[in-house]
Amino acid sequence: MHHHVLLIEDEPNIIEAIRFILSRDGWQVSCHSDGATAVDTVARLEPDVVVLDVMLPNRNGFDILRELRAQEATARLPVLMLTAKGQAKDRERAEDLGVSAFMTKPFANAEVIDRLRSLVEA
Amino acid sequence: MSQAGLAARAAGRASRNALTGTRIRERRTVMGIRQTDLARTVEISPSYLNLIEHNRRRIGGKLLVDLAAALGVEVSALTHGAETELLDQLSEAAHDAREVAAELPRAEEFVGRFPGWAQLIAAQHSKIAQLQRQVNAMGDRLTHDPALSNALHEMLSKVTAIQSTAVILAETKDLDRVWQDRFIANLSQDSQDLAARSAALVGYLDASANAELTPATPQEELEAFLARSGFHLAALERGGAVAPFVERTEDAFQSDAARASARDYFARYKSDADALPLEDLKAAIAELGPDPAAVSARFSLDLARVMRRFAALPASPGLPGFGLAICDGSGALTLRKPTEGFAIPRFGSGCPLWPLYRALGQPGRPISDRIGQADAPDRVCRGYAVCAPVLPMVFDGRQPMESTMLVVPHSLMAADARPRDADPEVRAGCLTCGRDPCIARRDLPLLGEVF
Repeated sequence: MHHHVLLIEDEPNIIEAIRFILSRDGWQVSCHSDGATAVDTVARLEPDVVVLDVMLPNRNGFDILRELRAQEATARLPVLMLTAKGQAKDRERAEDLGVSAFMTKPFANAEVIDRLRSLVEA
Repeated sequence: MSQAGLAARAAGRASRNALTGTRIRERRTVMGIRQTDLARTVEISPSYLNLIEHNRRRIGGKLLVDLAAALGVEVSALTHGAETELLDQLSEAAHDAREVAAELPRAEEFVGRFPGWAQLIAAQHSKIAQLQRQVNAMGDRLTHDPALSNALHEMLSKVTAIQSTAVILAETKDLDRVWQDRFIANLSQDSQDLAARSAALVGYLDASANAELTPATPQEELEAFLARSGFHLAALERGGAVAPFVERTEDAFQSDAARASARDYFARYKSDADALPLEDLKAAIAELGPDPAAVSARFSLDLARVMRRFAALPASPGLPGFGLAICDGSGALTLRKPTEGFAIPRFGSGCPLWPLYRALGQPGRPISDRIGQADAPDRVCRGYAVCAPVLPMVFDGRQPMESTMLVVPHSLMAADARPRDADPEVRAGCLTCGRDPCIARRDLPLLGEVF
């Protein structure tokens, strides 16, 4: 059975690259780029895991994560957060909000796959 | 301040006092006046003058004035020679490096015997202080400058896309031609974007490479202009008119918004100066101490105006000026004048516990507290703040409020008013404050436990 990952990211060429490597690895990949409607998209698609960028148009990843954790259906949904801001405070903020894993851009393709596998198999 | 710090300062002062005798001797020798003749002129014994010239007797008051007159120089020429500033800098360097037991009482001897080395130490100390300010400014900027933060985020996103795409092209052996072309096109597009963004970022950073405070906003333009004169506008003191000053200074500002801000600032400065002339303020401070409330009561002037006048006092050698921060009702800083021991963040706001912000919640009630910087624990300042309406009060109208905070640096406080506790209650901002826990923390400290 293919695991379903929702990639919430606004950089089109990152989306294309990650979609490509995950698809070849056997994942079902959905993509979404708008922060404002991200939570609704998660509720509608019911992915097994979410890859969430911090800086998104209209709403940042921290706010999205906070709302996901506040809803019963997504309170324990695995979320891998991506950010270009590697400062410790972002990591701490994400951990406080209940992020499952955290990666800083630029990241290695193989690392994304490894992290997502460990999240859905946990 | 610690006992060691006080001792260091006292030793520095002693060295400076000692130099006066040396200058008297040098001046007399240059003028070809015999010691006996000069002693007779100022009505003291030659042996006493000899002791003075060898820095073995302190000198001041009428005798110093008489000696200066006899030698044809200003008193300040005898008490403030060129090496005084160097000694000040060495004293400051020794004070900042408390882990090193510098022989401060021998500073004058050191300057005399090794002037080049002394200047080198002073120059390096000055450079270290400048770098520290730049580190603070850059840290402040990285966290609060949205343009820089966004630029870095976008560049790292492009780098990520390029890296991921390149790895796919390099490591996917069976990649079909359609995907190859698509990824190569992405790579080309991202590379061009990255180059353009890099150039833009370099340009943005270059704009401030040669100055710590390159003005970026009209407010910063005005603050940079005021900083050049220490926030003291001599042309507007003693009846100076605003209009000619505005005309003369127009070219100093790049934007019309900055000129408009400057016009408003100058008009307010002039009004303040007319209400409380500097000579009256100086006399009141000499009598009452640097207490804005006492001065306010003395002249029946509102507290915020008195605080602004404190900040308009020119700094003098060895004595820093008073700091000032003003914010509007939203908490946005509208004027920043930092002072010794209290740097005001350039971007974002300061600590929510500053008296400036606490006063916003209690208009009309003066609030003071110990404030300072984590890296200057023995130079704790005192902040005095009050919040008041900007315009005359009217019924049922919207009334913008403004909070004003005067920062009295440690060295300008009366000795018995200086905080005994080295740790200030409130610091300049989260980034350089390691206090944990803190009820008002907004950002983690940039440099961790460094301070």
